[in-house]
Amino acid sequence: MDDPSVWHRLQFAFTIVYHYLFPQLTMGLALHLVLWKWRAYRHGDTASAEAARFWARIFGINFAFGVVTGVPMEFQFGTNWARFSDYAGGVVGQTLALEGMFAFFLESALIAGLVWGEKRLGPKRHFWVTVGVFAGSWLSGYFIVTTNAFMQHPQGHAFDERGRLVLADIATYLFNPWALVQYAHTMLAAVVTASFVVAAVGALYALQGQHLRAAERFLKSGARVGLVAALLVAFPTGDRQAKLVAEHQPVTLAAMEGRFESGSHAPLTFIGQPNVRERRIDNAIHAPAVLSILAYGTPQRSVLGLDAFPRDQWPTNIELLYYSFHVMAGLGTLFIALLALVNLALFRGTLLAKKPLLWCLMLAFPFPYIATTAGWMTAELGRQPWLVYGLFRTAQGTSDSVSSGNVLFTLIGFTGLYFVLGILFVFLVGREVAHGPGAPPPELYGDPAVAHADAGGEHG
Amino acid sequence: MAEGWFAALALTLTTFVVLDGFDFGVGALSLVLAKNDAERRAAIAAIGPFWDGNEVWLIASGGVLFLAFPSLLATAFPAFYLAFFLVLWCLALRGIAIEVRSHVQSPLWRSFWDVVFGGSSGVLALLFGVALGNVVRGVPLEPGIPLTLAFFTNFSPFGQVGLLDYYTVSVGLFALVALLAHGAAFLAFRTDGELRARARRAERRLWLAGAVLFALVSAETAVIRPELFATLAARPVAWPFAALAVGGVVMGARAHRREADHLVFVGGALLLAGLLGATAVGLYPTLLRSTLSPSASITAPSALSAPYGLSVAIAWWPIAVALAALYVAFTFSANREKIRSSD
Repeated sequence: MDDPSVWHRLQFAFTIVYHYLFPQLTMGLALHLVLWKWRAYRHGDTASAEAARFWARIFGINFAFGVVTGVPMEFQFGTNWARFSDYAGGVVGQTLALEGMFAFFLESALIAGLVWGEKRLGPKRHFWVTVGVFAGSWLSGYFIVTTNAFMQHPQGHAFDERGRLVLADIATYLFNPWALVQYAHTMLAAVVTASFVVAAVGALYALQGQHLRAAERFLKSGARVGLVAALLVAFPTGDRQAKLVAEHQPVTLAAMEGRFESGSHAPLTFIGQPNVRERRIDNAIHAPAVLSILAYGTPQRSVLGLDAFPRDQWPTNIELLYYSFHVMAGLGTLFIALLALVNLALFRGTLLAKKPLLWCLMLAFPFPYIATTAGWMTAELGRQPWLVYGLFRTAQGTSDSVSSGNVLFTLIGFTGLYFVLGILFVFLVGREVAHGPGAPPPELYGDPAVAHADAGGEHG
Repeated sequence: MAEGWFAALALTLTTFVVLDGFDFGVGALSLVLAKNDAERRAAIAAIGPFWDGNEVWLIASGGVLFLAFPSLLATAFPAFYLAFFLVLWCLALRGIAIEVRSHVQSPLWRSFWDVVFGGSSGVLALLFGVALGNVVRGVPLEPGIPLTLAFFTNFSPFGQVGLLDYYTVSVGLFALVALLAHGAAFLAFRTDGELRARARRAERRLWLAGAVLFALVSAETAVIRPELFATLAARPVAWPFAALAVGGVVMGARAHRREADHLVFVGGALLLAGLLGATAVGLYPTLLRSTLSPSASITAPSALSAPYGLSVAIAWWPIAVALAALYVAFTFSANREKIRSSD
């Protein structure tokens, strides 16, 4: 209780995990919107136009929640991680500033046009506005992932006379190989999330027997884009990411896999409980030699275990890291299987008759959120005990003048506020889904004509 | 280099206050000036397309701090810990209130969010003024000791300073009234009928009240920081800002008589920009003044980040600011028409 760094970490973890629930849908849905707008604009596909119109509303709600939960993130670097900001600001300040200046301004200028401007802008300009929002959200993702990639695998830096980090080469920093792989992996996972959400609403409508044209569009878009993205999440991006971890954070790989002893023909553990005290995996089910092949491409290569590293280099929470990684990888595999089945049924034209499959699809949408959260937990717990890998420990990074009581106070505040926001979000999106596509547009604050037409809203 | 980044910080912060300032003003005023649902909708519609982009200027200011003055960030943010979270939570409530208010027809739902919207907007205007007060007055910085500051004091003019004390609260009240006036001018510019007429009356009264509070705050400042005015007078760079402020007042007053609503708003914006610009000139090179010893103050040169990173940023930052200015111009030109709030 008295160690403030626990609360600083918990608060940052809580606020970032909560925040990321929204941008992942923003980024993934932005791609779907661009695809639908394109089909509507180029091929006059009215089902796609309708899909874009319906999802743009949910996009607007989701975007607003992403903005309000995102603003605290940048400021918490200063309030809670002051010593880290002082130490690494010379490097990570660059990308955090780039994100605000290039991505947030762009998104904020175009979001109103995307959500409310279809009629006023006309099909061509509305398509380009959608592309602009997509570009802004994906650019924002790049700058954030680059910042994180630096903390995972510092590149392009030097030290000043006080030992703090300074930028030495901007290109090396921005095109960190870790960043490129992590970015592709993260963005594709966001597309999987959005695809599952889109498909789940399609499955709901199909099971209810209403909005059938929209249901079919949602199911097709969600399943097809989702399957492609889910495959790419696993291979090559997830595979490349694992190889980078093997190369640059071998102790993390050992902990992720619950590998306590080094050696060749390293097995891949599917199920089992890490027992850190006894240094073994209890009740393990594993495939022999597969880990050596996955990490290095040959069974002969030895994969280092935790025994090869001094104890103070070990990730601080091996059990949670192990489970996070296995939850992520396991769910990712299940997504591919489920989406493959759905695509097969779509191909045969039997999906709408397959009630159990539709039920699975409808109820599956929370799991990609769990998988992305587990993925980030793998990355961030795997980085421990370092804040900047190999250079700066997490315990060195907190604001030392902020008491644990103050952090606990604000953590409780965030918990309460975000609880209310969560209920609000589910309520508002639930209403949109219940109204369905083709419902009259939501009441706008930004459109003079509508504000006028709805002047008697209080009596409505 | 230090001058440039100090100016960049002043620019982003001033733009934030001038732009998001009218959102705060409209928000707090909507509780008083908008009498029915149609008028409250019109008030929200007036700032609807603006607020998100305006808030990005605060993030941009945070970006400049991180990029150019990380050690200032590391000293000031933890010291103002609770105040920061109050601001962040109010910003969250403000944004959510604007976005969700009109989604549901129920009058109860709307009344609730109207109060959240107005209350959080008012608190934000006050707190940003308090922040400015703290920067101008200075804080008890000591070399080698992490800065801590009481959240509030007993408000006596003597003795200990705190985040909220008599001086910073009076600057906060001035900021609140000035931003209410600025918001009233924006509301008059974007609405019609009864609401516009009320906003016009309010903008006049509020700017007059602002002038009185400005005199009070200036007098307090002359006592607390007598050298500030001397510095200002001795620096010719400050004169254009003073001219901007005076020009804004003249322009606004004349436009008010001619009922040219958009020019009243522009006049108020120039006044705020001039005041903040002149304040920045007066404060330079100090970023955070120590009330204990001048040598402990954080200055722009002492907090400046390393040269290579800054030279990289100089290549892209001006382009980004130009783009952002373009978006502001685009948003204003796409949303310059009046919103009808009456039949």
